Amino acid sequence: MQASLKSQHTQPEATWKSRFQEWWFRNRALIGFAFIFPWFAGFIIFDAAPFIYNLYLSFTDYQIGTVGTPPWIGFENYIKIFTEDKFFGKSMYNTVYYLGFSVPLRLIFAFLIALILNLRVRGMELYRTLFYVPSVVPLVAATVIFAGFLNTRYGFLNQFLVLIGAMPVRWLSSPDAIKPSLILLSLWGFGGQMIIFLAGLQGIPEDLYEAAAIDGGTGWHRLLYITIPLMTPTIFFNLLLGLIGGFQIFEQVFILLGTNGGPLQAGLVYMLHVYNKAFRDFEFGYSAALSVILFLIIFVLTLMLVFTSNRWVFYGDAQDDDG
Amino acid sequence: MIEDPRTKMVRYIVIYTILTAGAIVMMVPLFWTVSTSLKTRDKITIRRLELIPDPVAWENYPKLFEARPILQYTRNTMVIVVASLFGAWVPCTLAGYAFARIPFPGRNIFFGILLATMMLPYVVRLIPLFLFFDEIGWTRTFGPLILPRLLGHNAFYIFLYRQFFRGIPEDIYDSARIDGCSEFGVWWRIFMPMSRPVLAAVSIFAFSFAWNDFLNPLIYLGSNKELWTLALGLNALQGFEGEDNSLNLIMVFSMLMIIPMLVVFYFGQKHLISGVTAQGSLKG
Repeated sequence: MQASLKSQHTQPEATWKSRFQEWWFRNRALIGFAFIFPWFAGFIIFDAAPFIYNLYLSFTDYQIGTVGTPPWIGFENYIKIFTEDKFFGKSMYNTVYYLGFSVPLRLIFAFLIALILNLRVRGMELYRTLFYVPSVVPLVAATVIFAGFLNTRYGFLNQFLVLIGAMPVRWLSSPDAIKPSLILLSLWGFGGQMIIFLAGLQGIPEDLYEAAAIDGGTGWHRLLYITIPLMTPTIFFNLLLGLIGGFQIFEQVFILLGTNGGPLQAGLVYMLHVYNKAFRDFEFGYSAALSVILFLIIFVLTLMLVFTSNRWVFYGDAQDDDG
Repeated sequence: MIEDPRTKMVRYIVIYTILTAGAIVMMVPLFWTVSTSLKTRDKITIRRLELIPDPVAWENYPKLFEARPILQYTRNTMVIVVASLFGAWVPCTLAGYAFARIPFPGRNIFFGILLATMMLPYVVRLIPLFLFFDEIGWTRTFGPLILPRLLGHNAFYIFLYRQFFRGIPEDIYDSARIDGCSEFGVWWRIFMPMSRPVLAAVSIFAFSFAWNDFLNPLIYLGSNKELWTLALGLNALQGFEGEDNSLNLIMVFSMLMIIPMLVVFYFGQKHLISGVTAQGSLKG
């Protein structure tokens, strides 16, 4: 039928071009494969093979200078990580500490500011831009700026604290202040999440609010019974991405504190430990084992979040909204 | 509901106070960056707060270009940016198109794999990839940074395209096919021109991820100064020159990295949200 329709448009003589087009028509599946081929090749080379090889490496004693097949040592790397490695617990603690504050605080700030901006007050676009701009600053630049901003003697923050009569803080050189400094830096970039929240808020149908107003609902009712439930998918999305990203924090610490993670390793985060083992000590097998543990933690956490999400994430009613 | 004008007034005061205070806090680090980038060398080591530089040292900007090979850093960064944009425009759109519109056996399985890779943290691939590129002699070259990007190795972009393409009405696709347009023709003549919002959004992501990339250039190019990117150059300036007496030049360098990002986001901002959300990509 497609062919007969087509012949009305094309000339009767079967040129090589039209024949080729007909062949293409019939071989859509082949075209489909051809179109996804570059991605699939990339998947094999850059995802699947490295992932499997990484798993294998984690059971070997692959180090710099290892020639040929690295010696298989079973679970030895893993046992060493859990029994001897004093930086494993330390770096995991630092990472979880950082996450525990930065992820919820970012979510709260982003959500609150998005809520206020969504009141459609005058000048909202200017405010939105001002809150968003810091999250556009490249991470390297943002980190370097904070290194100066938090500089003990010449940084803005301490000079400001002195000006208002408070005590200056050694932000990046005292072990107690390092993690709060990192959290501060991460909070500066909450604008990205705020924009996602704002897009979600603007997608909530106006008539829901009108219905609530007719029923005599106050502002708090609207927030608690309409806005927040309808926003739970977006909150879930931001929470998940925030956790996955937070576990892999690296650049900020590397730039601010170097590979040691600052005094008393107060800023030694997990990825930095992985990096050091691989690219400073060249213990690739051991480092691979560390990375597998991080992967498992992220994987289990993601699964747990996804499977508990149906208790609190509102995925719309059963009715199809297509009709 | 009629609101008492006085409570309305109070409400507005509270709202604007919160917004203004918040915006000032967010802007202070950037303002301080601009201000420090325009301070003379002896002004940056004064221990007193001075927000407006006096005198204004415009010469810091040309000075940085003399002190550091900024143009070379920029060229190196652009190599990665261009590879990234090519990948985002050609292989990624083709794959997104196939996932959205061409039925082929196993499509759902392939798409499931695609989604799964979005959850795969980079850290579990880092070491094998490094060993692999080292084995074939590609460390200290652009190869490891370019090849994945040229192949469009980014599940997120493909996912965004697929969601957008699914929103393009089936009729348009069918009539084009009946008129004898090939799959390639439909992709190029119909889907690409209709997809400006999502193309703009993905282009912004591609640009900014390439512009901001730090870990990969660090691992592969760290020992080859000739190929350093802006991010590596900035890190080195802050790390080795000491934090104190070149603070102004460090802030000049930061501004050089920030300004292109601001320009890109300024021109792309209206597409950013519409391209990502309009066609229901958040609905799945």
